[in-house]
Amino acid sequence: MSMTSRWLPMPFHSLLLLAVWLMLNGSLSLGHLLLGSVLAIVIPLICAPLQVPQPKIARPLKALRYVIMVLGDIVVANVQVALLVVGPMRRINPGFVAVPLDLDETFPITVLASTVTMTPGTVSAEVSSDRNWLYVHVLNMPDDEQEVIDLIKTRYEAAIKEIFAC
Amino acid sequence: MNFWVELLISVLLILGGVFVLVGSIGLIRLKDLYVRLHAPTKATTLGLGGILLGSMVYMSHQHGYLTIHELLITLFLVITAPVTAHILAKVAMHHEVPMMKRTRNAEHVSTARKQQAPGDTKDQD
Amino acid sequence: MLEWSMIAVGVMLCVALFLNLWRLLIGPHVVDRILALDTMYINSIALILLYGMYNGTQLYFEAALLIAMLGFVSSVAFGKYLLRGDIIE
Repeated sequence: MSMTSRWLPMPFHSLLLLAVWLMLNGSLSLGHLLLGSVLAIVIPLICAPLQVPQPKIARPLKALRYVIMVLGDIVVANVQVALLVVGPMRRINPGFVAVPLDLDETFPITVLASTVTMTPGTVSAEVSSDRNWLYVHVLNMPDDEQEVIDLIKTRYEAAIKEIFAC
Repeated sequence: MNFWVELLISVLLILGGVFVLVGSIGLIRLKDLYVRLHAPTKATTLGLGGILLGSMVYMSHQHGYLTIHELLITLFLVITAPVTAHILAKVAMHHEVPMMKRTRNAEHVSTARKQQAPGDTKDQD
Repeated sequence: MLEWSMIAVGVMLCVALFLNLWRLLIGPHVVDRILALDTMYINSIALILLYGMYNGTQLYFEAALLIAMLGFVSSVAFGKYLLRGDIIE
């Protein structure tokens, strides 16, 4: 075991902890930097044995682009949902859709389910126990339910597959 | 305070307020639980994001340095809101909460609550 | 202008909170009530932040963060109770 993986078992989590500590205190003074660094080293050392192994983010740049794309989609989806909510109720045609999943690790599925909930008028409702199907509730179903499935698969799932390289 | 900064903050705040209000109107107007889940998870989260952004600009302008800790709440909500919605949808399925008459593919619920693949009819205990 | 828009947004948030309260009271199913409570948490975060802005202080930020965390945990706990407490798995 190399030195870095021994003292920093979760480097990304350590950075995140330091950043959150500095943001909470709202300062960049030496004291907070030191205290934050100590916490960022000690907490992952304690928590590392509890971790379930998950696939690593293989392409960070793609991940950044994905986050920006999803943020844009959240705004667009919100305007659509707001118009549906304020407009006449008969325009709402809800429905369930079962989306076949190509991902099979839990963390990528969680990311996909969360994005599906945040974005295009859909809420993820359940994952089948064999991790092959994601049940989704759609606020306004188009006539052809395949449209929704294709949107989720091409726009989000393909990107997540690329990011995690699985 | 500069007019344009005030205008920016006001627009952000009012957009946020409108979205929060739309989320709550949706909570009242929509007809069944599954449809109602959509309004608070999406509209309210974006509305709060707008208000937090406005607060960030205001505080940064007020104090003369960039304050970004409002981003923590936004980040936290963006991570947690889908989890809450997912769990509530799960609960609704397990309790077989009634849904709108014109919900399509309602038969998916019976397989989903057993976490089976669609079309799978055998019981699995 | 800023003061007026803050007051307007405050009124909107209060109306939204009352609508949520109405759903909390009438909610036909217990899941509706949990959803209404969760939305009330989020709206009260917004209201607290707005109050902090109105007074020009950052003191209320920690309160808002705490409410966000407690709101999430309590909603998930309610959900888990309904999933595990009533249904024998």
